[in-house]
Amino acid sequence: MMNVGLSPRDKKQQAKTRFFIEGGIILALLILSMLVLPLAIPAFRLKLVGRFLAMAIVALGIDLIWGYTGLLSLGHGIFFALGGYAFAMHLSLQLPNNAIPDFFMLYGVNDLPLFWQPFYSLPFTLMAMVLIPGAVAAILGYLVFRNRIKGVYFSIITQAALLVFFNFFNGQQKLINGTNGLKTDTALFFGQRVGDTPMQIAFYEITIVALLLVYLLCRWLTSGRFGRLLIAIRDDETRVRFTGYDPTWFKVVVFAISGAIAGVSGALYTVQTGIITPNFMDVGFSIEMVIAVAVGGRATLSGAILGTILVNFARIYLSENYEETWLFFQGALFLLVVTVLPDGIIGWGRDVLWFQVRKWLGMDSTITYPAIADADDPDLNKIQDQLVTKE
Amino acid sequence: MTELLIGIFNGLSIGSVLLLSALGLAIAFGLMGVINLAHGELMMLGAYTTFVVQNVFRSFGEPWFNLYILFALPIAFLVTAAVGFGLERGVIRYLYGRPLETLLATWGVSLILQQFVRSVNWAIAAGLTAFLLKDVIRWLVLKVLSWKSFDHEKIRHGFQQWAIPAGLFLGFGVLFGINQTANTTLTRPWFSARNVDVTAPKWLQGGISFGTAQLPYSRIFIIVLTLICLAGMYWFLNKSNWGLRIRAVTQNRQMSACLGIPTAKVDALTFALGSGLAGIAGVAIALLGSVGPNTGQNYIVDAFMVVVVGGVGNLLGTILAAMGLGIINYLIGSGTFVTLFTKMQAPDFFTEIASFFATTSMAKVMAFALIITFLQFRPAGLFPPKGRTAEL
Repeated sequence: MMNVGLSPRDKKQQAKTRFFIEGGIILALLILSMLVLPLAIPAFRLKLVGRFLAMAIVALGIDLIWGYTGLLSLGHGIFFALGGYAFAMHLSLQLPNNAIPDFFMLYGVNDLPLFWQPFYSLPFTLMAMVLIPGAVAAILGYLVFRNRIKGVYFSIITQAALLVFFNFFNGQQKLINGTNGLKTDTALFFGQRVGDTPMQIAFYEITIVALLLVYLLCRWLTSGRFGRLLIAIRDDETRVRFTGYDPTWFKVVVFAISGAIAGVSGALYTVQTGIITPNFMDVGFSIEMVIAVAVGGRATLSGAILGTILVNFARIYLSENYEETWLFFQGALFLLVVTVLPDGIIGWGRDVLWFQVRKWLGMDSTITYPAIADADDPDLNKIQDQLVTKE
Repeated sequence: MTELLIGIFNGLSIGSVLLLSALGLAIAFGLMGVINLAHGELMMLGAYTTFVVQNVFRSFGEPWFNLYILFALPIAFLVTAAVGFGLERGVIRYLYGRPLETLLATWGVSLILQQFVRSVNWAIAAGLTAFLLKDVIRWLVLKVLSWKSFDHEKIRHGFQQWAIPAGLFLGFGVLFGINQTANTTLTRPWFSARNVDVTAPKWLQGGISFGTAQLPYSRIFIIVLTLICLAGMYWFLNKSNWGLRIRAVTQNRQMSACLGIPTAKVDALTFALGSGLAGIAGVAIALLGSVGPNTGQNYIVDAFMVVVVGGVGNLLGTILAAMGLGIINYLIGSGTFVTLFTKMQAPDFFTEIASFFATTSMAKVMAFALIITFLQFRPAGLFPPKGRTAEL
């Protein structure tokens, strides 16, 4: 609404100002988190923050597929864990004289299985972290979207896929150590133990850089034509198809990107947790990622990050102090966010708080006509009355 | 051949449990487009109800104890139907037309229910009663007011605004008040986080001998129970007035509303009915194994797959899908194919594949692959809705 009546030059000017404001905020946050925070808080707390920031990366991916494209994936744990396993496999292979990881002995495997071999190389691992989850997402997505399966069906199928992957990783003791998972904190990386403090701080810094890069990628993807198409698919897919686009491919691509992002996130999360187990593919964990996005605000990238960090801090705080309350609280959070705060914190700040602040400051407030007027809502009626009197 | 028959029988009994759990889910999904992720927890509540009923009947002594299961069935039905009704009235009706949000909200409910059975004690029960009291008071007051027939809009509105905060205040007040007294009988959890076991009554123990294997009575009981429920559902949906209304709303909600069918009431009733069926499924799973707070999770995804494969709101599709999935899961998972292939002296390749998938969890992997393949040919399930109601 603010753009109404502005000339193109003014618009450009406004965009420029916004760009500088956003860049300034990001830079300030970057300095704060990369330089100040490591000095200010103890190392084990920093590890925690690092983990939350890694979770924020997958939240960005989920925001891309859910917030922008309207596809609720309950199976992002798959891609998260695949990325984590890729990195963990590389780390478990950092052993002197080509020894193979200990757990293989337990199950009587003497030769390294074939699919482990490529993970000796770091460049391959780094690529696999992104490409394997991305490819799995693309295949699954293609098989599902091709048939125009959408909505709740898509969510259920992704959840079932999650369970299937969980079962697979849980059951394969001989291949990937099954239930026990792979430990990373005792492994060596560039000659140093991964669990040691300097290494952890390095991973923390890498996480922030990765978060920034993924944020910029998502920003770029959602701001242009591609982003507008995603929103169009979310709002009315049939119409997009009738306009001549094939939504299937856009959905496959965005699902694959989202999966790849989750892979990066999972790898960074794994090294900061010190272990990866099939529990990363727990159904609840994947739904939690989604609700973190909802808490922050769907279809806003900053909301995804903010929501993840807030929810995770709440979780740590509540489960440290009152263990039982956490599940009650988490359930209530789910209910509250979808019923009372459907646009999340950012949406609430944008639509309600900002409006109020402007009113208090006495700035002119443009009242847009309420699209869906609820006849019983006295507040809306008041606004409508104001509109009528103004006219 | 006997192995195959036994396998099919066991598969049928697993399919029956699946069907019982998917039936309610499928009806609610067909009617309201709502996937209820708390459905598994409703089953879990049904199983716990069975446990409680069993304990009560045990105290009555021997002849009564044998009959407890017959009492547990209607009680479990009523308890879960009531919870389902509350869930629909309290949460789901605010989320119509937003199926994905409903999914998340019901997941929240499932978390709450899981923790609820872990930590429920007299204090929590009293707090909950106090919280629910607000609805009773509201109902009474509005009833009296409408009887006096004067304009009570303002009071109604006041209730809408203050009922929940007041109820929360009251509920938590009672809860903390009782916790302060530190009376251990009031603050000790009823079930604790450990699993509980239900003993089958004597007439359900043992089974019919069949060659080398045995067909357990409990599984036969579950199959019969499923058949009775199916017959009941068929009668209800096709012969009763409410069934007619439910079918009408499923086919065309707006048109039904125009013709004077109270769609909100139909929704609430159907949801309660589906939840009640979950309770009966809970009795069945209590007979099969021990019951814990996480029990519902084991069944829920399979039940969804039944709904996805069966097609929306279609009784026959749901039956076929449940039985097919149950049998496939059992035949692959129990290794029946391995023994079959070895006997038939099939190529090693087949035997190796069969033995790779011959565990319960790997059978799920195979079943999922089969479902995805199936959906490539029939994306909308076995019996998709046809005609104008079909989506593009």
